[in-house]
Amino acid sequence: MKKMLANPAFWRGVVSIAVFLILWEIGSRSKQWMAPEFFTPFKGFLGAMGFKKDYLPWVGAVPAPSAVLGSWAAVFVDASYWQSWTMSFFRVMSGFIAAMIIGIPFGLSLAMSRVAHGIGFPVFEVLRPIPPLAWVPASIIFWPTQESAIAFITFLGAFYTIVINVLGGARSIDVRYFQAAQSMGASRTDIFRRVVLPGTLPSIVVGSAVGMGITWEVVVAAEMISGGGSQIGGTRGGGLGFFIWLSYVGGSYEQIVVGMISIGIAGFVSSELLRWLGRYATPWLKAR
Amino acid sequence: MDQRGHILIEDVVKVYDPLGAAVMAVDHCSLEIEPGEICMIVGPSGCGKTTLLNAIAGFHEITSGRIVMDGEVLCSTERPKATPGPDRIVVFQNGALFPWKTNLQNVVFGPVMQGKLARREAIDKGRAMLADAGLSGVEHDYPGEVSSGMRRRVEIVRALMNDPKALLLDEPYRALDSLTKSVMHEALLEIYYKNKVTIFFITHDLEEAIFLGHRVAIMTTRPCKPKKILNVDIPHPRDYGVLTSKRFRELIEETNDAVHEEALKAFQAGEKEG
Amino acid sequence: MEALPGAPQAGETSRLGLTMFRVALWLKSPRPYLMLIGFALFLGFWYLAVEVWKLPRFREMPGLTSVVREWLSPSPTYGLSIYSAEYYQHIAMSVWRVAQAFFLATALGVPVGLLLGWSRRFKEYVFPVFETLRPIPILAWVPLAIVMFIATESAVVYLAFLSSFFATALNTMLGVQSIDESYVRAANCLGASRWQVFRHVVVPGALPFIFTGLQISIGVSWFSLVAAEMVSGQYGLGYIIWTSYVMVRYPTIVIGMVTLGLVGYTTSAMVRIAGDYLMEWRVRELALAER
Repeated sequence: MKKMLANPAFWRGVVSIAVFLILWEIGSRSKQWMAPEFFTPFKGFLGAMGFKKDYLPWVGAVPAPSAVLGSWAAVFVDASYWQSWTMSFFRVMSGFIAAMIIGIPFGLSLAMSRVAHGIGFPVFEVLRPIPPLAWVPASIIFWPTQESAIAFITFLGAFYTIVINVLGGARSIDVRYFQAAQSMGASRTDIFRRVVLPGTLPSIVVGSAVGMGITWEVVVAAEMISGGGSQIGGTRGGGLGFFIWLSYVGGSYEQIVVGMISIGIAGFVSSELLRWLGRYATPWLKAR
Repeated sequence: MDQRGHILIEDVVKVYDPLGAAVMAVDHCSLEIEPGEICMIVGPSGCGKTTLLNAIAGFHEITSGRIVMDGEVLCSTERPKATPGPDRIVVFQNGALFPWKTNLQNVVFGPVMQGKLARREAIDKGRAMLADAGLSGVEHDYPGEVSSGMRRRVEIVRALMNDPKALLLDEPYRALDSLTKSVMHEALLEIYYKNKVTIFFITHDLEEAIFLGHRVAIMTTRPCKPKKILNVDIPHPRDYGVLTSKRFRELIEETNDAVHEEALKAFQAGEKEG
Repeated sequence: MEALPGAPQAGETSRLGLTMFRVALWLKSPRPYLMLIGFALFLGFWYLAVEVWKLPRFREMPGLTSVVREWLSPSPTYGLSIYSAEYYQHIAMSVWRVAQAFFLATALGVPVGLLLGWSRRFKEYVFPVFETLRPIPILAWVPLAIVMFIATESAVVYLAFLSSFFATALNTMLGVQSIDESYVRAANCLGASRWQVFRHVVVPGALPFIFTGLQISIGVSWFSLVAAEMVSGQYGLGYIIWTSYVMVRYPTIVIGMVTLGLVGYTTSAMVRIAGDYLMEWRVRELALAER
């Protein structure tokens, strides 16, 4: 801890975050700071470049950090806020674990068998460019409950990343490890358990960290879309995405920002948790 | 041309992490290298010889001492880090030819960057030097397309294009098989006979050292310091016939014990390759 | 490096020659046929589950034949097929938005990433803010973007831009950091100035990573765009998918999805091809090392 405080780099970072917050505060308070009128002298130039008058952001409409803090203090004691947290967390975890349970074996089988790879990979690659959110309507039609529909989308989001990372990881295992195992008389299962699995683990960890980020994106989007699209009322159990949407619809802009930052924190926490678990599972990477 | 490339290493000490673990890599090392000499540095892995090379090149700081080249102070206790420059060019262990430039583009990089030659002239000179080294066919290939032996030779040509005072070679042939290595040795000597640069060559291979060098400095295991300096009195020009000569075998006998002793110490200390 | 029979010799190949050689190799392997089997299994299952066996839950889904019929019909029931102008309008709208977002993100993201990797000072000042904003899911920005931008068009492009920007900048930074120190040292030895090292070593050296980042960036851009279009848009493929659902035009949903996949893949491939073109040295290196 002392090392961190003594490190000049740390303080530079603090300075920049402070500057960012100050600029934000000023920008929000002065509604005229960047209003459309500000750009009147430049209209000709911007128009020639294809920008219409209303193209540039109006920072004045964004709530100031001080207002956000106040709003957050109010929401902190509200039970439904924390319920949104748990709802979102639960969805992220279930979708993510499902993606790992199905994705890791799928990826490994593609990596181990040339035939499986030839059959499965092209279909996988064709489906992959379709963004998970494009599956929302299909998912809502197919799955009986809204919860399972959201879970499916979440699953899709993480699934692609995990499979790609597993494939990449398995491919990059040095062929000499296989040869060493074979020359020591290992059977195919042995090789799988003791060479392929541990060798792929670092990539699985990386894939999980990235997949976790994507999962949060998808959960938030799904919550917003299905929550905002349907007529479900009440503030309970919608998750943080739904929380943001409600705040927008209810006109409480400060709460929007509160929700955004909350999700950012939640996402960061879950990624760190995963990275920590990963370090625990791959101790050999430490000694370099 | 003859008085260029005199390197004086005076009482150099290098300590890593002085306020923490305080690992001494180089311990009051002194060595004088004559202009145009091939000086071989032999020692076990991790003993600190690369640190010495890095200090001369200007990649690392020294803790105390002095390194002087041709009367000019490269680094000292007051100014512990030398500035890397084209008067002493490094040839790296795993090769550092830029993969995104062709061999010819690599070779003309130095003179063009320094503005010493116009591009046209640099290309002409580069092609001539490559031809001299027997590498005419691969001018427009990328380094990734040719063999590692060829890559080493191109890298040496790239260095020589800048008319350096000294070449600093950091175990350049370590990754090559021994058949390619012996061909490389002869190629290096050929190049040396045409351009009498000072060569500061680090290796762990005693035979390589005695075959190539005028002098061989055997270093102790970490912290490194010259343990024994051997004058190789086999006359230049040499060819691979030297390897089986009586004098060669005698020289190996003289020095083998010293090298082996240090190697054993390093092994027991569990040294990792630096 | 053993040469395969019929392989082009080093130094003699043209780019076209290399590509033709690889295609020929591919056709001779079992791979294309396995691929066909995979697709047949997938499409077959879809057809059977929905239209023949009428499995529970699957019953409600649009079937393969209805989708194909609609997509290829000159006068489609729901107005969208390869013959209708509207179809291409929507595609063009989405592609135009992604293009704006992608190019803006690249123009900003690559320089920022290069600086983050190359200059320690810059990184110390900028990275903390960068890393604080990055974990916020792009879609959490939707309401704020709608509030900030007076026109929804710019809000949608902004969202796609944001995700692209973070991916590009981060990957570029990693690219610079991953450059082997020896290259920089060699350039210093050879007398290059700091700027020359940056231009001749750092930028080309980071290029492979940058292009990986760009491929991720365009994928992420599509991801955000679709979400933004579904929530607040008036044209575009995301809009079609959502509206078709709301208006119970199920086959069109699938048409939208498939089109998205095709277009997304094509744009990704274009980025990859641009990368291959700029990094000829890498393509050759990889091709000749193919086992």
